[in-house]
Amino acid sequence: MSYLMIFITAIFVNNIILSQFLGICPFLGVSKRISTALGMGFAVMFVMTLATTVTYLIYYTFLQPYDLKFMTTVTFILVIASLVQMVELVIKKTSPALYQSLGIFLPLITTNCAVLGIALLTIQKNYTLIAGICYTLASAIGFTLAIVIFAGIRERLDRTDIPQALKGTPIVLISAALLSMAFMGFAGISY
Amino acid sequence: MINASISNLTRGIFKENPTFVMLLGMCPTLGVSTSALNGLGMGLATAFVLIMSNIGISAVKRLIPDIVRIPSFIVIIASFVTVIEMLMQAYMPSLYQALGIYIPLIVVNCIILGRAEAFASKNSVWQSFLDAVGMGVGFTFALTTLGAIREILGNGSIFGWSFVGEEAHPMLLFIMPPGAFLALAGIIIVVNKIRGVK
Repeated sequence: MSYLMIFITAIFVNNIILSQFLGICPFLGVSKRISTALGMGFAVMFVMTLATTVTYLIYYTFLQPYDLKFMTTVTFILVIASLVQMVELVIKKTSPALYQSLGIFLPLITTNCAVLGIALLTIQKNYTLIAGICYTLASAIGFTLAIVIFAGIRERLDRTDIPQALKGTPIVLISAALLSMAFMGFAGISY
Repeated sequence: MINASISNLTRGIFKENPTFVMLLGMCPTLGVSTSALNGLGMGLATAFVLIMSNIGISAVKRLIPDIVRIPSFIVIIASFVTVIEMLMQAYMPSLYQALGIYIPLIVVNCIILGRAEAFASKNSVWQSFLDAVGMGVGFTFALTTLGAIREILGNGSIFGWSFVGEEAHPMLLFIMPPGAFLALAGIIIVVNKIRGVK
């Protein structure tokens, strides 16, 4: 399968949020404004790519050769948690401006199942390192796309008259269902 | 004392149901609830990890320095997730296949770390156990309900037992991704009505 196909499939057909249900918490929680949604999207893109690269290397240099595959979950979550802390420290020191915009999202990413999920899926799918990074980047772009579109919908929802019974969570979930239906249309371009 | 125990036990089942009221752990809720059986399996696996980690964490809470609290909790939780993952792979291979990536993802389920941080790190082993049982039952109940509704509407069956004929056309949408959001929205409307939320 070509890299382009991996890219398109991961962004549209198997969208990480709308068809695989990874990263639903930030999708519902941090999608009230387009600007915050974009910030969250970029933070996820950065951490996810870094996390998959590191966990991929650890898996194939330590876990697989020494027959420690059962330690995958424990190792990966620890690596991701410490990576997020490190990224936070580095960004804080080197670029205060970037820290201003991404900083508040970083602690949230540790418990974002999308990061651990994609790291595990990359291993499960037996990708090469390049294909794995390609897949991760595309998934993160899919995440950003979905969360930004959804934030746009929610900004509009704020100004509409919603029936009393649907106010709050229900209308958000129904909008998500409609968006997910729209993304189902991309299933036709699956290879 | 007994009253406190009962309230710790029942809190998670209705009043603070993790899925329908607190809206925690949404990823597995939406991802695996395509059938009642998958929902039940996922609920029980999560409940097991929740109970064991709550017991473990409240037992060692005095030994963990405050500053490395969260990483230590994550390691304890991840160990129990690995245990349940290996058990399921060995004894329930079909369920293991159906739940797939969501089993290792129990580690990042916010309910578990949430209960560890909010309850088990402050309370005795016995009370933490009761709290975890309540929350686990509440989560299992929620997942099974959602799974049953989606299976009935989308597949015309319940726990794999089909009650519509061969020629029937169930609403396939409900076992597809959008159906997860729709079914959950429907349940939350009903729950909010019962709770009297304005």
